[in-house]
Amino acid sequence: MDKPEFVYVTYISTTPEKVWKALVDPPTTAQYWQHENVSDWRPGSKWEHRRSEEAGKVVLVGKVVESDPPRRLVLTWAEPADAAREEKHSRVTFEIEPIGDVVRLTVTHDRLEPGSKMLESIREGWPKVLSSLKSFLETGRPLPKLW
Amino acid sequence: MDMDKVFKALASPARRRLLDSLRVRSGQTLAQLCARHDMTRQAVTQHLERLEEANLVATVRRGREKLHYLNPVPIHEISERWISKYERQRLDALRRLKKKLEGEEHG
Repeated sequence: MDKPEFVYVTYISTTPEKVWKALVDPPTTAQYWQHENVSDWRPGSKWEHRRSEEAGKVVLVGKVVESDPPRRLVLTWAEPADAAREEKHSRVTFEIEPIGDVVRLTVTHDRLEPGSKMLESIREGWPKVLSSLKSFLETGRPLPKLW
Repeated sequence: MDMDKVFKALASPARRRLLDSLRVRSGQTLAQLCARHDMTRQAVTQHLERLEEANLVATVRRGREKLHYLNPVPIHEISERWISKYERQRLDALRRLKKKLEGEEHG
């Protein structure tokens, strides 16, 4: 693994299966992220991050690198304009570990370009998304509109 | 996550300085953090343990090294609890004004 730029951790009172579903099931991601993650989630497949509003505008694209439900999902992560330039893709790793009766979700983001707009926007984005996911899985209520 | 642990961890100026340092340079090792702070290795180790227990610091192992990261998720949860989305813009404006008049401050 490269030295990651960001590592985010949240503990959620739920099951690994529910966390997995919340990452890969479009209607579920829409509820707390206001975006849908769309793919068949097979290694090598493409995935898209679409805004739930604005007719599902695609805002991020990438490939599924690893998919081991419900424990580990590795994606590349890029602006749609950079879809074909894989050397510009950053990488996100989701690790889902049960610890007693809670789940530790670790999100690692690496291969980000220093000083890039992507780096600044994910720095703002991940804490919101993870807090909203936790609230959604624990209480059924996501945080109010994130973006 | 236990919010008491978050507040207790944040109550120490030395621990807040470690978080400041990780915000500027993420992924530092214990040795790097010790070199940048006027504290014994043992003190830094203990502060990092408290921060990790509060989930304010996340760690990644790379080979024999342990890299430390500021994990802002619990702080975001605190702010969500007391600040509404609509207040946030006005609070941002107030903060910018304060910063402009006083300069950047750490406490």
